[in-house]
Amino acid sequence: MKRPAWRPRLAEGTAPVLAVLVALLIGLAIAGPAYDSVEGYLALLKRAAPLMILAIGQYFVIVSGGFDLSVGALVTAGVVIAARLIGGDESATAWVIVLVLAFGLLVGLVNGLITTKLLVPSFIVTLGMLLVLDGAVFLWTDGAPRGALSTAFRQFGRGSVDVPLLGEVPYSVLILLVVLVAAAVFMRGGTGRALVAVGDNEQAVRLSGGQVDRLRLLAFVLSGGLAALAAILLGGFAGVSAQVGQGLEFRAITAVVLGGVLLGGGRGSVVAATAGALSLEALFTLLNLLGVAGALESAVQGVIIIAAVAYASLGSGLRHRLRPRRATTTSEPRDPRQPASTP
Amino acid sequence: MSSTTEKPLPVRSVPAQTRTRRFTLTPTVIVYVALVALLVVGSVLVGLQGGVLLDQAGLLNIFTRATALGLVAIGQTIVILTGSLDLSVAYLVGLTSLVAAETMAGQSGMIVPGVLLALAVAAVVGLVNGLVITVLKANAFIATLGVALILRGYLEQNYTGPAGDVPRTFQHLGYDRVGPVPVAALLMLGVAGACWWLLSRSRPGYHIYAVGGDVEVARLSGVHTRRTIVTAHVLCSVAAGMAGIYLASRLGSGAPYVGTDAGFDLESIAAVVLGGTLLAGGRGGIVGTIGGVFILATLDTVFDDLAVDPFFKDVVRGVVLITAVALYARGMVRRPR
Repeated sequence: MKRPAWRPRLAEGTAPVLAVLVALLIGLAIAGPAYDSVEGYLALLKRAAPLMILAIGQYFVIVSGGFDLSVGALVTAGVVIAARLIGGDESATAWVIVLVLAFGLLVGLVNGLITTKLLVPSFIVTLGMLLVLDGAVFLWTDGAPRGALSTAFRQFGRGSVDVPLLGEVPYSVLILLVVLVAAAVFMRGGTGRALVAVGDNEQAVRLSGGQVDRLRLLAFVLSGGLAALAAILLGGFAGVSAQVGQGLEFRAITAVVLGGVLLGGGRGSVVAATAGALSLEALFTLLNLLGVAGALESAVQGVIIIAAVAYASLGSGLRHRLRPRRATTTSEPRDPRQPASTP
Repeated sequence: MSSTTEKPLPVRSVPAQTRTRRFTLTPTVIVYVALVALLVVGSVLVGLQGGVLLDQAGLLNIFTRATALGLVAIGQTIVILTGSLDLSVAYLVGLTSLVAAETMAGQSGMIVPGVLLALAVAAVVGLVNGLVITVLKANAFIATLGVALILRGYLEQNYTGPAGDVPRTFQHLGYDRVGPVPVAALLMLGVAGACWWLLSRSRPGYHIYAVGGDVEVARLSGVHTRRTIVTAHVLCSVAAGMAGIYLASRLGSGAPYVGTDAGFDLESIAAVVLGGTLLAGGRGGIVGTIGGVFILATLDTVFDDLAVDPFFKDVVRGVVLITAVALYARGMVRRPR
């Protein structure tokens, strides 16, 4: 089997995010004394791993033309459920992990089934799921998370293993790498390509015999499963709280968009989406090091996502204007794709 | 819940006799049928526990809950109809409540400047939203999320808690009532009426529907699509600003997180969609939205009267939202064929 070479096909929007990421990493190296060694960057990756995994899941849904607003609530639910079920009992770790992952897949399955079978827009479905999960979890735990995670459970989020050359590599980084490589291989295969095609033009996929519903369902199931995985990592890393997943859905969507993935689907690469998540985390770290107040963090995040999206849409428009494909389309420089879609 | 589960029956029976249109079951009609059903079921349930749902206090409760959400949802309806959406309203409500309260600073003479300044700030935020979407060509979701984050950063940087002081005379807006109906609720309904007229009886309104239906077709037919989108966002933000002013008058001061604590961003979108407006734009209207707002307000009041666990409310809300939109979606699919 040929390994996917780490040379990203420069899909639209991939190059800018890599440039931004490199710039941020260099900035970190200059600003922070901790970032002159491998450990510093491994610590950054460890912090970023849950968000990067969430971004991969969100990427699947967004590239196929949907939204998944339920992942933040799902992360909270996963952590709270795990804490309640384990209750500090080491022997329960294994089956609870399996159960949390299964719960994530199930939530994704329900999201996907309602979206595809009942024809409800995914924005609404996952918004409803967010409300249901938030309410149900706290209904079950009487308002506040109870119980505790076992040490073995927390290993995934905070433990590390000795790897030659690199030293102590956190488990979460290894898990992230496995997920990322699997996702990249998957997106290069037939199913992955079909998933992007669904986001681009659902009708065309349907007419050419693609299983549109099944593909979108798959995207939601993957997103749910990966959110559960992120919950396991975050539970270990950050501990049990009712706020652990708050706002993560918007942060994951931000990361994916920062990676140049088009909202509405059909364009963007999974590696770039993951790089977007890492950039976001690196940015927060850098702002911290530079002494920018935590409160301004969100304002900076806001400016950056607007700038990223504006760059993506204006930039591609500019490129098309500079080299028009056909003479007939030059009369419409504003929206280069428009003439192709109207016969 | 029982109010929504009995709805699939009439919809399912339609396809056998689509040609004979005795009574079109539009989402708007469904919403109000559901609202009446909810009021009846709620009254019975509360009655069984020895209470009365629709007494003076109950009505007051429902109207008060509906006022702020109603104002935000009216604005949200307008932007959603243009095919856009606004995630910045929650922070904007907090910001305008602060602007109004801090400008008034306890002086009756500063009421008018305070209100005007708050509305102006709201309009500017709406203008920014609209321009980011039309000029920078950012997706509305990202554009308004970005603006929301910027507002949040500003609020977190400058405020730790309530600030400003609303003069006593201005608190009448929040607390006065005509019979069981608060004055502010009547004002909200007045705004709803004005927006209904704007959307269904005026040229800019038709343009909003046209842009929401298909931007390209609207543009090719000579509609100024950018101008329409920017106008819609300004109107939406001004409506959210009114909600902020109302909440300031009710709380007696400005509160930075009054909008986000109530979850006005997603809640208003839920109310709009519950009211039968298509999330993709171009179809729906204010009347349905008001119905959706009152359904949510009534649900809350019923659950409060029944002393139901507050977390259960969220569960029911989520289920109601998905069920309602699934019903509308079925109706939409059947209609053209």
